Amino acid sequence: MENFTPISSLTGGLLIGLSASILILFIGRIAGISGIIASLLQFKNTPKGHHTWRLLFIAGLLISSQVYEMFAPLPASEIAASTSTLIIAGLLVGFGTQMGSGCTSGHGVCGLSRLSFRSLTATLCFMFTGFVVCYLMLHVV
Amino acid sequence: MKNIITFGAGLIFGLGLIISGMTNPSKVIGFLDLAGKWDPSLAFVMLGAIAVAFFAFRRVEAKTLTVFDEPIHLPAKTHLSKELVIGSMLFGAGWALAGFCPGPAIVALGAGYQKAFIFVIAMLLGMAAHEYLYKK
Repeated sequence: MENFTPISSLTGGLLIGLSASILILFIGRIAGISGIIASLLQFKNTPKGHHTWRLLFIAGLLISSQVYEMFAPLPASEIAASTSTLIIAGLLVGFGTQMGSGCTSGHGVCGLSRLSFRSLTATLCFMFTGFVVCYLMLHVV
Repeated sequence: MKNIITFGAGLIFGLGLIISGMTNPSKVIGFLDLAGKWDPSLAFVMLGAIAVAFFAFRRVEAKTLTVFDEPIHLPAKTHLSKELVIGSMLFGAGWALAGFCPGPAIVALGAGYQKAFIFVIAMLLGMAAHEYLYKK
């Protein structure tokens, strides 16, 4: 467990929880990233302001690396997957989160915080296949 | 004012993802690799996030209006469905293959990682494919 980072992971988690709290209490929206991104792709019959808050939230995410770098060097993102694996993974994540109505943030953070049984089910499902596919990828294939 | 708050919330979310280690796919895969040198760190991310958000959602249950007295939008669906189960299972498979879920992928894209760009384009295509197949 040489890579074990409970303090920084907990700290990051507290910030994610803070962000989700701000978004629901001030803006009245769930911080579900997959839903926010997918809604940005919709243009037909969308109400006024449909894109505004979503674009602003995503802009905050996009700029966060630059803001972090103003204070400390950015920790490395080691992306081992090949291009073809990234494409398959991206398609699965995009399609799956829309079919399942959420991802790690919407179901895993907000849904579990709301004690939603749907989100608990979804979280157990994506954790389960996450563990299984990881096992197959690293120890079988 | 609300625009600044929303942008700030996105920024805090992104900083949280960076500090937590979620934007490093190798660390995510280290968390999912129960049979290897398992790194349980990312369980603490969810723990920390829920420890804070839980109280925000308790207030939402008591009062379904925002601080600005505007409606709070909550998911309408309450029943389990096969779409929820199958969709989430597909998502988990993709998450393990790349080590990216949507939030960290967007943050890594912002940091300029070419591989994050490839992943995000494929993710957008996957979302569009679902929209095309199910919502027409």
